[in-house]
Amino acid sequence: MRVNVLVFGQIAEITGSVSLEMKDTKDTNELVQRLITDYPKLKSIEYSLAVNRNIVRENTKLKDQDTVALLPPFSGG
Amino acid sequence: MESQYHYERYIRQVLLNELGTSGQDRLSMAKVLVIGAGGLGCPALQYLAAAGVGTIGILDFDHVELSNLQRQPLYDPEDTGKAKAVCAANKLKRFNPGVQFNTHNLKLLPANALEIIRPYDIVIDGTDNFATRYLVNDACLILSKPLVYGAVLRFEGQAGVFNLADTESGIKTNYRDLFPKPPAPSSVPSCNEAGVLGVLPGIIGTMQAAEAIKIIAGLGQPLCNKILSINISTNLFYEFSISPLTDQIVQGPKSPEELLNFDYDWFCGMDTVDLEISCDDFDRLRNDGELIIIDIRERGELPEVNEFDFMQIPSGELEEAFTEPLYGKKVVLFCRSGNRSIRAAEMLKKKFPACRIYSLTGGIDTWKRHQGRLVTK
Repeated sequence: MRVNVLVFGQIAEITGSVSLEMKDTKDTNELVQRLITDYPKLKSIEYSLAVNRNIVRENTKLKDQDTVALLPPFSGG
Repeated sequence: MESQYHYERYIRQVLLNELGTSGQDRLSMAKVLVIGAGGLGCPALQYLAAAGVGTIGILDFDHVELSNLQRQPLYDPEDTGKAKAVCAANKLKRFNPGVQFNTHNLKLLPANALEIIRPYDIVIDGTDNFATRYLVNDACLILSKPLVYGAVLRFEGQAGVFNLADTESGIKTNYRDLFPKPPAPSSVPSCNEAGVLGVLPGIIGTMQAAEAIKIIAGLGQPLCNKILSINISTNLFYEFSISPLTDQIVQGPKSPEELLNFDYDWFCGMDTVDLEISCDDFDRLRNDGELIIIDIRERGELPEVNEFDFMQIPSGELEEAFTEPLYGKKVVLFCRSGNRSIRAAEMLKKKFPACRIYSLTGGIDTWKRHQGRLVTK
């Protein structure tokens, strides 16, 4: 099972790419944990997480071909 | 003559069936406030003025700088040093004399936000910092004003519409439903540090104007309960759907009183807020009233205090005793020497950011010596 991960703003600078692919992640908690293991700098970043474009706050089950997006706030005007 | 001018000036949009003369009439009666006349504000202002929005408020406390012109083509090099709100109003007045421009050459604060925003129908957020963004959001929430949000950094921008109910579901959301907590200041670069491609705020600011025009004229689908993210480097357009959060997660002010006393700089971690209060300031606050004084020492500790009224809550019981945020109240904690009270103040401030909490510097020992000096003087 594969999940697409889209990252925005300064998160893309940390991961070095605007999109990633994750295999066999059962839910969003596990996905975030694995991202933090791969990119420890993510730990100090505030962001909202969306599964298939819907912002979610609670741990959410993931299925094949889901898209998870991490959107950080920015304030430039 | 005037009606012929009006007809000609707006004919290309009046021709749109979805807008028509009734939409144009609605635009000419509408009042829109643009907060921040910078990268987002300039294009928003220009297109709102072009569309014939009847009254446009321009709020900015800053001055034009040469480094602004790369993304704020409303201004000229000769404008550097001039107040943005005044300068923008003068230019736009020449561009469309039929529009009433209100200049607010000041900084938006909890003390003036509601009064300034109240007369307007729609607010456009073109601010450049989190503290003002949360303030604008909260004020619009309290006043039930639709807020057109926009933000930019480097090659990416976000736009959305807050406090406007979706026509089908009736649901409305706001910035705190998207980002309940502001990021740590060190974790988010600003455009001053990280840069921004000038055309990007042009795109987002113009979209904000489009959303405002759609809301006023009642056409199309505004970006309610959505955030559109745009990357002009990769051309990725991505839409997020937002749902309302519960009050447990969102801890913003809900009334004018709570807004007035919400400490935005502290909430956004912009300043290390001074929690210490000197003996002189403490005495002044006591005379003003509205002050809650708490002795956080263990019961029976010396010296005894009988010079003023206070509550006694030992520091170990303090967190539990504060069951609700004391909005609008100033709280001074004291102990013997000021060490325990500053730690307790830091703990409470974290829990209740809206509360004005202070620790009496040097504790009650120092205050008593201070009183002695006042008497013998």
